[in-house]
Amino acid sequence: MDMRVNIAGVEWKNPVTVASGTFGSGAEYADFVDLNRLGAVTTKGVANVPWEGNPTPRVAETYGGMMNAVGLQNPGIDVFCERDIPFLRQYDTKIVVNVCGRSEEDYCQVVERLAGEDVDMLEINISCPNVKEGGIAFGQDPKAAEKITKAVKKYAKQPVIMKLSPNVTSIAEMAKAVEAGGADAVSLINTITGMKIDINRKTFVLANRTGGVSGPAIHPIAVRMVYEAANAVRVPVIGMGGIASAEDAIEMILAGASAVSVGTANFHDPAVTLKVIDGIEKYMEDNHFQSVEEMIGIVK
Amino acid sequence: MAKKKENSAILSQEKIADGIYSMWLKTEAAEEAKPGQFISMYTNDGSKLLPRPISICEIDREKGALRVVYRVTGSGTGTELFSRMKEGDIVPVIGPLGNRFPLERAAGKRVFLIGGGIGVPPILELAKQLECDKKQIIVGYRNEETFLKEEFEENGEVYISTEDGSVGTKGNVMDAIRENGLEADVIYACGPTPMLRALKAYAEERQMECWLSLEERMACGIGACLACVCKTKEKDHHSNVNNRRICKDGPVFLSTEVEI
Repeated sequence: MDMRVNIAGVEWKNPVTVASGTFGSGAEYADFVDLNRLGAVTTKGVANVPWEGNPTPRVAETYGGMMNAVGLQNPGIDVFCERDIPFLRQYDTKIVVNVCGRSEEDYCQVVERLAGEDVDMLEINISCPNVKEGGIAFGQDPKAAEKITKAVKKYAKQPVIMKLSPNVTSIAEMAKAVEAGGADAVSLINTITGMKIDINRKTFVLANRTGGVSGPAIHPIAVRMVYEAANAVRVPVIGMGGIASAEDAIEMILAGASAVSVGTANFHDPAVTLKVIDGIEKYMEDNHFQSVEEMIGIVK
Repeated sequence: MAKKKENSAILSQEKIADGIYSMWLKTEAAEEAKPGQFISMYTNDGSKLLPRPISICEIDREKGALRVVYRVTGSGTGTELFSRMKEGDIVPVIGPLGNRFPLERAAGKRVFLIGGGIGVPPILELAKQLECDKKQIIVGYRNEETFLKEEFEENGEVYISTEDGSVGTKGNVMDAIRENGLEADVIYACGPTPMLRALKAYAEERQMECWLSLEERMACGIGACLACVCKTKEKDHHSNVNNRRICKDGPVFLSTEVEI
């Protein structure tokens, strides 16, 4: 069986990666997972300079999921290039670097710096709901999304994946906008903005007041949006949002995703990605698929 | 790839105070566990994804078992589900996690071992293993339900504070230190943030070495998600900002390193 997928010219050994922010740069999970088995590792968002992130509490559990407002804490691109890229290069997996920024210049600086680095793809995070400037500001307006895509594409030497927010009226319109801007692929969904209130303390649970909801509870929303995006653009779609099992991943692929990212489920089981990969393979065998490519978007 | 989520069997469970439960778990985590470390405990309820980080109260290497003493934090919570479980039931766990209390710093010293509220349990294994010149255990409770008191008494001089004054000093552990005129060279502590903050100030005033076990909401428990950070005085080597990860770099920090 052929598990390989081609994402914007980059061949992954299988369609499974991890959602940015749930897996660091892989070092902590390497104790639990043979990183060689993953199609790709998608790293925690990295900016041009170190970011402190938000005050704590940064996370809360919700029914069938969780909320986070980590606020893109990251060590900055210099430390990332010195420490995290060489670490990941020890493994036979693709490296997708998630890039965050507060302004167009921020994003472009990181992308330009990565042009000379040994990484396989870039994922541009224009959809983080937890930082005040940048992030989501580019991810909710099609014109702004197209513009930032064009800007980063000028500096990018690797294929660019634009990561989209579900906090929009039309995901198809957003996907088309970044495609028009030159995106080589799109990934979705980022988290859905939510709020949780502590009724005993009578205040917000998260220091940031709002946070991004993730986990199995949002999976049907993600499947719908992946379906809509995949039917709106020609570039590959990387599907994510509440994938906790092979079945969830297969749903995404049948809806039109060329690859999938496992996120919050890593917190429930650090080795879940391997179960997802094995489960997809078994499903292909049981359903007589010769390749993952044959499965992509067959539900119309 | 040495680590994994493990299905751990409950050897015994009992309620030891109002809302406080003691559970012994058969687990491979016992092999390497050290005082001050914690385990991630998972419920078997699919709607609750995240692990509950629970500090290790006792380690029985011979039986390959760990004891956790935890508080039920409310109705419908994960800890409530744990409290309803029985001998033989399975709790998925990952551990041991985090660093440890540095026992070696106590050699030849006068020591305070301080626990407050649900920060009391991890002090027990520390009290059992610590070798020092003078072992003074100061534990703070709400009321007369002074859980683990007898076990502490087998391991050092015990001073109790209770909020309602029903046992020992009325007030908190700081009041117990003052009332009993206690002195030490090194402090090890776990408890609510206001208590740790007071101890940090107390220790810094006297230039004492003080080790604090911190708590924060966690998601992954292994250092990847950056949920449970604390503020640090100096830029941290790993984060490259003034934040350290409580689950991975802690939970035990030198009081002078952290801002709480």
